[in-house]
Amino acid sequence: MSPSSTPTTLHAVTNDFVVKFANVNGSGSASANSMFAKAIFRMGIPVSPRNIFPSNIQGAPTWYEVRISDDGYLGRRGGQVELMVSVNPQSMAQDVEDVCPGGYFFYDNTYPLDFKLIRDDIHYIGLPLTQITNSNFDNPRLQQLFKNIIYVGSLAYLIGIEFSALEGIVSDTFAKKPKLIAPNVSALQLGFDEAKKAFSEPLPLQLKRSNKNDRKVLLEGNAACGLGAVFGGATVCAWYPITPSTSVAEGFEKYAKQLRVNADTGENNFAVIQAEDELSAIGMVIGANWNGARSFTATSGPGVSLMQEFLGLAYFAEVPAVLIDVQRTGPSTGMPTRTQQSDILISAYASHGDSKQILLFPATPKECFELTADAFDIADRLQTPVIMLTDLDLGMNEHICDELEWDDSRSYDRGKVLNAQDLEKIERFGRYLDVDGDGIPYRTVAGTHAEKGAFFTRGTSRDEYAVYTEKGEAYQRNMERLEVKWATAPKYLPKAIETRRDEANSLGVIHFGTSLEATHETLDVLSKEGRPANDLRILAFPFGDDVKAFIDKHAQVVIVEQNRDAQLKSLIVNELQIDPNRLHSVLHYNGDPISARQIRIGLEPILNISAGQHAQTAYEAS
Amino acid sequence: MSFFKPNFRHPESPKNTLGLTTRAYEGGISTLCAGCGHDSISAAIMQAVWGLNIEPHRIAKMSGIGCSSKSPNYFLNKAHGFNSVHGRMPSVTTGANVANRELLYIGVSGDGDTASIGMGQFAHVIRRNLNMMYLVENNGCYGLTKGQDSATADAGSKNKKGRINPFESIDLVALALDLGATFVARSFSGDKEQLIPLMQAAMTHKGFALIDIVSPCVTFNNHAGSTKSYDYTRDHVQAGSVVDFVPVAQEITLDQIQGSTQNVELHNGDSVRLSKLSKDYDPTDRGHAIRTLLEHKAQDKLMTGLIYIEPESDNFHDTLNIPKTPLNSLKEDVLCPGKSALTSINEGLR
Repeated sequence: MSPSSTPTTLHAVTNDFVVKFANVNGSGSASANSMFAKAIFRMGIPVSPRNIFPSNIQGAPTWYEVRISDDGYLGRRGGQVELMVSVNPQSMAQDVEDVCPGGYFFYDNTYPLDFKLIRDDIHYIGLPLTQITNSNFDNPRLQQLFKNIIYVGSLAYLIGIEFSALEGIVSDTFAKKPKLIAPNVSALQLGFDEAKKAFSEPLPLQLKRSNKNDRKVLLEGNAACGLGAVFGGATVCAWYPITPSTSVAEGFEKYAKQLRVNADTGENNFAVIQAEDELSAIGMVIGANWNGARSFTATSGPGVSLMQEFLGLAYFAEVPAVLIDVQRTGPSTGMPTRTQQSDILISAYASHGDSKQILLFPATPKECFELTADAFDIADRLQTPVIMLTDLDLGMNEHICDELEWDDSRSYDRGKVLNAQDLEKIERFGRYLDVDGDGIPYRTVAGTHAEKGAFFTRGTSRDEYAVYTEKGEAYQRNMERLEVKWATAPKYLPKAIETRRDEANSLGVIHFGTSLEATHETLDVLSKEGRPANDLRILAFPFGDDVKAFIDKHAQVVIVEQNRDAQLKSLIVNELQIDPNRLHSVLHYNGDPISARQIRIGLEPILNISAGQHAQTAYEAS
Repeated sequence: MSFFKPNFRHPESPKNTLGLTTRAYEGGISTLCAGCGHDSISAAIMQAVWGLNIEPHRIAKMSGIGCSSKSPNYFLNKAHGFNSVHGRMPSVTTGANVANRELLYIGVSGDGDTASIGMGQFAHVIRRNLNMMYLVENNGCYGLTKGQDSATADAGSKNKKGRINPFESIDLVALALDLGATFVARSFSGDKEQLIPLMQAAMTHKGFALIDIVSPCVTFNNHAGSTKSYDYTRDHVQAGSVVDFVPVAQEITLDQIQGSTQNVELHNGDSVRLSKLSKDYDPTDRGHAIRTLLEHKAQDKLMTGLIYIEPESDNFHDTLNIPKTPLNSLKEDVLCPGKSALTSINEGLR
């Protein structure tokens, strides 16, 4: 079936468009799609693939959106796409709508297209994928898998993916199963040849080798966290499965098996414990850290809710702990496979009573790696939980980032832990005594000394010598010392980062985590519009002095967040005593990763008002 | 409770092989009620550890919340302790134990802490066969909140306000047997002769060892009509076996034993000697143990002693395949793969 009139043709573009794949969940499309993105990465072109997947094992629609940007914009672009690869009949109506005018709808034309799906302003390019697959492969499972590989081969012809890049990925993927290399390459070739046969010329959307990915790597934030935990010296990982954090523990285990198994004995210099629930997972982490091992857990919002009581114990009893929260869309079960930055307040003020927790906000896989390793030093140094807030977008999608680095001259900061010799020199050990005036006391680990250093760790009030007390003064002294420690904390935390800094700019944009790429792209857009702005990216809580200084020096301040309630703004207002009317918000919370277009739209009312007036925008994104 | 702890000790108090008297195993002054069963259990723990010739600081005392969980403060002052949160002692102990397998872990919990809020963690620490001694100081009620029924209160038992408990009780021993516990015992806080050797066997056992100890609450659950009172327990207790713990160095003599005896050798050569009331009872047969337990229950008898033991089993350390060197003592050179490893990882990510 053909459209009734001829749609406009897109201007030829190179390395700057979006391809979206519409697949059926559980059909093996993920690996084919990943191969597509990786081939583009290997061609030296900046690429950012994102899975948009359902909470489902098999059958529901799932999408894979790949932005290709020679300018290096790695945030989600948003809006309609230039090329839709439609392999899922059930989502076809929506997928047709998602193509931009003049764009291409690539589909399996083994069966006729429903006439209701015909738009006259887009191009339909059909290839009989099912027929090609079925006539080349007998086994039904192989038919399904190779259909995915075949369309990648067709795309290689249509948009100019280097065939050698695809071949290289197949060889790497099946390095341990070399028998599978030839059939996969044949399937790619089949797709390529069939497309060439069917279409006289490739599309005006073309890829061309570039050199933008030198010294870059492509990986998921969760795997990077797992690797960071290995490098940071974690020995005990206790966790409970929950999307989107599960692959953190799996990443840790994978890398630990590669890097931490004693070659002589085969013994594991690590332990991964799948707990019965999140309460138990954090309990194990606290027990292990209490006993001097570095230990962490990974969870998502519902898990953080369950861990509240234990986090209060660790704060009050001063036990190190590392928690990686890969945030998803809340509240409650929310949208478990969609992203959000909405656990900020529950994490910052986790647990009942007066309690506050250290937070870290990585924005890239490289920062996931580095901050996870750092988190163990920070937790040991400050003897308190450290909660790292990543999100589904960062954790479960592959992102391009600078290659990972490790400085061999660095050594772990285990903080103030007394050994037997230290204890010998001390008249009386005071577990909660502020010896150094920084609010951080000295601790001991069980079994250190036969006579000295033992104490009873507890969540009940006690004096400086860990002796139980219900005396108000002693309780209050301890709470005030914890405040001194809190004031010490920023010294050990990563500083906020300013990337655009021009004294002449009156607009300052504050952002954190995965709003990074989209915010930077927005700043470029604003510069081109002649309205340049500065930015500050926050990496940790409690905030350093730099956050207040940034706010003070800008007439207008906007905070970009991926939640409804402007949670970071609340934290800034509350902790830095900032007038809330000084801070505007751009809020995005529909579960999709934030895009520059959305930020730009959100900024519009703020740019149109004079400094000092208040504006807040939220909207349903397209 | 008392407010004063005398310093005087008999100058000829016996010493263990470490040259220590029991004084080295004492703790702080108890704040529990006078006559509380838990204090007897604390005393038994001190005796048992002293008798095993273990240095106090090689022990970690773990607990949750409640009267029972306060008690680790009242024994072994030279050992670290961790009074965690309600019902969560098993998870904290699991983490601690995986971090340092060389210490001996004594978990002290209560019936509220274990059978209600902590039921999940209790079940799973058993499944993992964590190498620890888990004591339940079981009095059938919540003491610190003034005597509400707990989940181990027997159906038909009367509480202090005269209300009859309508709910079926949870038998922690039966549950532990069902979940695969490798050492299951029951005892009574008023029976030190039985309790101390049971504890010594439990601490020597490699794997999870439960001792469910009926420990009457003198303030809220020691009245007529309660099935967890001293009187009721004494009237209904029936020792399935009289237990003796025999260190490997000590010759086994049979002179004090009447009736049928059975010797179960532990992993390190120590053994548990059982003097059995019924010669048919085999504590290494889980099915038999469960059946016998149910028979006792049907006859309204409280079966005590060593109910089940599996002397050789893989505990959690074996399952995890972790080294003999405790994880908490591994140094950076072993833990951190370093820059060169990262270079090849980077290559794999292109």
